[in-house]
Amino acid sequence: MGKRILSAFAGLAAGAALFAGGAHAEESVEVLHWWTAGGEAAALNVLKDQLEEQGVTWQDMPVAGGSGVQAMTVLRSRVTSGNAPTAVQMLGYDIQDWANEGVLADLSDLAAKEKWDDVVPKALQRFAKNSDGQWIAAPVNVHSTNWMWANKKIFDEVGVEGEVKDWDELIAVLDKIKEAGYTPIAYGGQPWQDATVFEAVVLSTGGPEFYKKALNDFDPEALGSDTMKTAFDRMSKLHEYVDPNFSGRDWNLATAMVINGKAAVQFMGDWAKGEFLRADLKPGEDFVCQRFPGTQGTVLFNSDQFVMFQVGEDKRDAQIKLASAVMSPTFQIAFNKVKGSVPARTDVPGDELDACGQKGMKELAAANESNQLFGSLAHGYGAPSAVKNAVFDVVTAHFNGEYTSDEAVKALVEAVSAAQ
Amino acid sequence: MTATSNVTTEPVLRRSSGATALRRGLQDWLPRIVLAPSFAVIILFVYGFIVFTAYLSMTSSTLLPRFDFIGLENYVKLFKLPNWWIALKNLAIFGSLYIGICCALGLFLAILLDQKIRGEGILRPIYLYPMALSFIVTGTAWKWFLDPGIGLDQTMHALGWASFHFDWIKNRDMAIYTVVIAAVWQSSGFVMAMFLAGLRGIDTEIMRAAAIDGAGPWQLYRRIIIPMLRPAFLSAFVVLAHMAIKSYDLVIALTNGGPGRATEVPATFMYSYTFTRSQMAIGAASAVIMLMMVASIIVPYLYSELSAERQQ
Repeated sequence: MGKRILSAFAGLAAGAALFAGGAHAEESVEVLHWWTAGGEAAALNVLKDQLEEQGVTWQDMPVAGGSGVQAMTVLRSRVTSGNAPTAVQMLGYDIQDWANEGVLADLSDLAAKEKWDDVVPKALQRFAKNSDGQWIAAPVNVHSTNWMWANKKIFDEVGVEGEVKDWDELIAVLDKIKEAGYTPIAYGGQPWQDATVFEAVVLSTGGPEFYKKALNDFDPEALGSDTMKTAFDRMSKLHEYVDPNFSGRDWNLATAMVINGKAAVQFMGDWAKGEFLRADLKPGEDFVCQRFPGTQGTVLFNSDQFVMFQVGEDKRDAQIKLASAVMSPTFQIAFNKVKGSVPARTDVPGDELDACGQKGMKELAAANESNQLFGSLAHGYGAPSAVKNAVFDVVTAHFNGEYTSDEAVKALVEAVSAAQ
Repeated sequence: MTATSNVTTEPVLRRSSGATALRRGLQDWLPRIVLAPSFAVIILFVYGFIVFTAYLSMTSSTLLPRFDFIGLENYVKLFKLPNWWIALKNLAIFGSLYIGICCALGLFLAILLDQKIRGEGILRPIYLYPMALSFIVTGTAWKWFLDPGIGLDQTMHALGWASFHFDWIKNRDMAIYTVVIAAVWQSSGFVMAMFLAGLRGIDTEIMRAAAIDGAGPWQLYRRIIIPMLRPAFLSAFVVLAHMAIKSYDLVIALTNGGPGRATEVPATFMYSYTFTRSQMAIGAASAVIMLMMVASIIVPYLYSELSAERQQ
């Protein structure tokens, strides 16, 4: 209720602003985002400086809260009141939802001029364009979620050499770690983290084709299949390797467990790398980065994008400058070096990134070539939020022991069809 | 009482009838003029938005409000959702235990404090103090206290009691009871204050008369005092029941609906469906159901209060 009152007030304010507007001769952009953590904020400064050189002032509109839930609530009231910000950080299907509301700006002219079509991975373009094929967003980075992060010291101690190739090897390694007295998996029991692990397990269990059918296309047959049941069984198996205090733990605390040597591995997207680097650990020497065992060659992606909203003619010019700056190779590299992700264009050199980053870039480019690049369900690139959360419900309920694997498969099919 | 008030008002009436018509008109209108702005604001921002929410619940709104009318479909969907049933079940557990334990504990504390003990002035605020905290603070503090990794469990282990085991907050079946514990801790002092006021209102003559008739303390409380506290019970019930139905902040701070979705309650359900899951219409439907729950408690209460007033 409070939000609605707020939006009503915002409506009044917007009405007033209509009369007051136009007084600003100076160009400015207003950007709504949730990058408020130290490193992220520093990375954004690069963009800010780049724009200020072109005479565009940056009006920061940060809304704290990791996954952007709060930011979306603010955005809703701004757009309802007809006072949309210039650009908004957004993920996956949310972009499409907003595009369907008909409130986004068209960037196609700029995209054609700068040849975005050639440099942005195809799977990503589907989300950065609306249903008419017009560019509506500028992707900032590409994260990928099917990673495994490991403490090198523990791996050496129990004698893990080279890559853990598949599920069976993973279980063997986890058993050894358990015997050695460590917590094998640093696990954060929050719905989105459960789903992040789950999608990697599904990919590892059923392969890329199955992943796409089940968690991108939501084919009821794939969702209700025996392969899906195996995936749930494997989730139960992983449950044996987590500490009893896992529920509700934030992802960065789980990463800290690996950094401190309390736990051996974490299954998490590449943003976890930032935590390792900040703790002054070196990839390859102190920690290991590899794909979730059994998912090598395939990349599940998640990309932060700046979605451009329709603004008045006087602000349009600055908006185009912002979009162009976001897509510039300098910003893409500078930003992603700090953020842990890789650039959203495949044509920039990755020399400045660390070993894990270079590996990620190479794999992204390869996956793009071979069509092995799929949207991450856990991060809004697999389904609209209603379906996504329906899957979260089932995965979390199952991982916490509410459902058996059989019940989970049945509940998954039902929940997805109810939410669609 | 009525006789004396009649005597005092009569001369006032006579005097005002002698005043000018303008002044009388103004006097008639003044209360309405003074109340009009707040009345208008309440009509719009409370009742207006209730109507708006009810209407939204009968549309196909998802990300943003939409204004097509699709009937009661969302209510059918809502009652098919396992999450909603979990929320209702949790509310039933939480609500009944919260109200029951708060009343029992509050009454017990009030009776103890009513024994004309020394230091009541110090004890009473101590019991009442948790009420001064917001539910967010209560929830966060209890989250740390109950966390097996850092709280009670860990402390007991550190003190050498290795077999001590209390992990309710991480246990799917028990987590809702930790919400009850925290909520009871917060509110029972407040209920105690209500009962204490009720106890103080009871005529000591009645107690003395009962004592002379040979009633022991147990009988005195059971047969006379507690039945006479009926209005206090009713107020406590109404206050606690609506707090239970709208409880949101405590759950968010304490368990955030977890582990899994074990502590989901209607209010957290409403927020997540409306604002994070882009199913605004379903969220609005659940809000309407919550409103109906609160109304089913408050309306009979108000009705009985008002009719009691009219009888007097």
